Amino acid sequence: MAIYVDETTKVVVSGLTGREGQFHALRNRAYGTQVVAGVTPGKGGQDVEGIPVFDTIAEAVEVTGANTSMVFVPAPFAADACFEAADSGVELIVCITEGIPARDEAELYQYLRLRDIAMIGPNCPGVLSPGKANVGIMPTEIAAPGRVGLVSRSGTLTYQIVHELTQRGIGQSTCVGIGGDPFIGQFHIDVLRRFEADPETDMVVMVGEIGGDEEERAAEFIRDSMTKAVVGYVAGFEAPPGKKMGHAGAIISGSKGTAQAKAEALEAAGAKVGRNPTEVAEIVAGM
Amino acid sequence: MDLLEYQGKQLLRSVGVPTPEGEAAATPEEARVAAERIGFPVAIKAQVQVGGRGKAGGIKVAANADEAEAHAAAILGMDIKGHVVRRLWVEEAADIAAEFYASFTIDRSAKRYLGMVSAEGGVEIEEVAARDPEAIAKVGVNPLVGLKDNAARALAFRGRIPAEHRKQVIAVLQKLYAAFVELDAELVEVNPLIANSRGEIVALDAKVTLDDNAEYRHKQVFEDFHEVFAVDPQEKLAKEKNLNYIKLQGEVGILGNGAGLVMSTLDVVAQAGGKAANFLDVGGGASADLIADSLEVVAGDPQVRSIFINIFGGITRGEEVAKGIVAALDRVEISQPIVVRLDGTNAEEGREILAGNPREGLHSSPTMLEAAAKAVELADAAG
Repeated sequence: MAIYVDETTKVVVSGLTGREGQFHALRNRAYGTQVVAGVTPGKGGQDVEGIPVFDTIAEAVEVTGANTSMVFVPAPFAADACFEAADSGVELIVCITEGIPARDEAELYQYLRLRDIAMIGPNCPGVLSPGKANVGIMPTEIAAPGRVGLVSRSGTLTYQIVHELTQRGIGQSTCVGIGGDPFIGQFHIDVLRRFEADPETDMVVMVGEIGGDEEERAAEFIRDSMTKAVVGYVAGFEAPPGKKMGHAGAIISGSKGTAQAKAEALEAAGAKVGRNPTEVAEIVAGM
Repeated sequence: MDLLEYQGKQLLRSVGVPTPEGEAAATPEEARVAAERIGFPVAIKAQVQVGGRGKAGGIKVAANADEAEAHAAAILGMDIKGHVVRRLWVEEAADIAAEFYASFTIDRSAKRYLGMVSAEGGVEIEEVAARDPEAIAKVGVNPLVGLKDNAARALAFRGRIPAEHRKQVIAVLQKLYAAFVELDAELVEVNPLIANSRGEIVALDAKVTLDDNAEYRHKQVFEDFHEVFAVDPQEKLAKEKNLNYIKLQGEVGILGNGAGLVMSTLDVVAQAGGKAANFLDVGGGASADLIADSLEVVAGDPQVRSIFINIFGGITRGEEVAKGIVAALDRVEISQPIVVRLDGTNAEEGREILAGNPREGLHSSPTMLEAAAKAVELADAAG
């Protein structure tokens, strides 16, 4: 079953005719993902290596039955593509684009709340259900099918932990990179809820980082509503307050949002917390 | 981008928020001319991106041209918490009858905007919040709805704005919100927002932070107001080269790909008994040029005694990263020892390339923890 994406996922790619969009969409297809359509306004009727291109997402959905939108268009146009996707009939939006203005993301967040559509990202590596589907830019070589779910804000840190799990013979059900911006469609808590309900997931690794209070909220959910074991990791113990650590979200303001507070909240909720990616993989291996 | 007071005020004035007459000045002579044009008394205000300038002596009132010039000479070049004053704002001295507080910001926890108003302005809002949280009105604003009249009224009433000023304050709040949205601001804060003796509401200070991601919508503003304010020389160099670099206090220089992994790298260095000298994220698909630029900035920090390059090859393949490192080392002279941890996609090939290009002081470790330990050990040995 996995979560968000699997064999039944049919992807329509906004920005398929762009360099990045084409490269990753073809990689996703080569992995076995059904990439059924592309969208570039004005290029309808063309195709990219056999993938038909449409002028609008709605048209692509109607003709191909696409149920998932992947957005690769440049930041000035990306939020618009997500709004378009929200009205097109897809169930899931995966927005890879980074650098979208916060105002656009705030409006998008509130708009999506009015509809029954989940969005992963923006500014994220996407979703990978090993052996089933890859929607985004995650490297598939380091992953293996299995029963551990993983949710994280960060790209390379996710890869590091997936890699260490795979090296120890531990496969993954789904790896979800939710993105580093303050306004994202799905937060840790939303992903945890889906893992809890997924019969193919036995255990979850949750990777957080400094800034905001989403990890603390996720900890409450783990304590109150999760039966599956959660192994946590938080990056940014050495990060100074008030500095933006690369991700727009990764900033400590005042005493809130520290790595220490997040790790303690997770431990208090019953999660085991590793001090570094290697320790996380070791804890999972020992369970 | 954090704007200086006078830059923020210019933007607020452009949307109709009343601000005092003023002019920027960079020399005592310019301040004198500006003061004469504005009329006395005038306030001479240091333009720095740090709070507490009033207490530090960075704001002075002048009654005549000679005083204006003398105050300007005293304030220019002043060091306020590490920020050297290079510019002044000369403005008509305010006649203050009452001081309020008003701001709009992004509330990331509630996923919407937040308006805040208080009748207790002119002091740090954190102090007010600590002493009497009820004195600050907080009203969430859904970005799809905007600041409706009832929300602006709620801010003014709950913020305890006196009845005689309420109507004008509400009108100013609408304008501040419009500015917040139209400018793609992350913060618009006016403290104090004053009522003068004629009952007019005037923004006496302005703290405006613009969203860097929205630069493409405000090219002119960013062009006019862009200045590199970094206090630290390495941060300044990094900003000029467009690198994502933050100076820290330790002795192990750090270079990695991806914000999360780099934060994690700082942590494992600390766990190995060392301290990171910096945060530097080279991002995805790091080219040899970018790695060379980055190494230059990291190695140029006199505190750095060893360098830890931590790369996880995802889409970026290990052998490309290794080639980048080798090419970078040909270009930049580095005196500190370097530990490279290369993992992930095609890491084997990458490590072979590094092994095939041996040079003194270049070490390769297969795992993040071993590499961190090695980098700390080398830093200790050099210390």
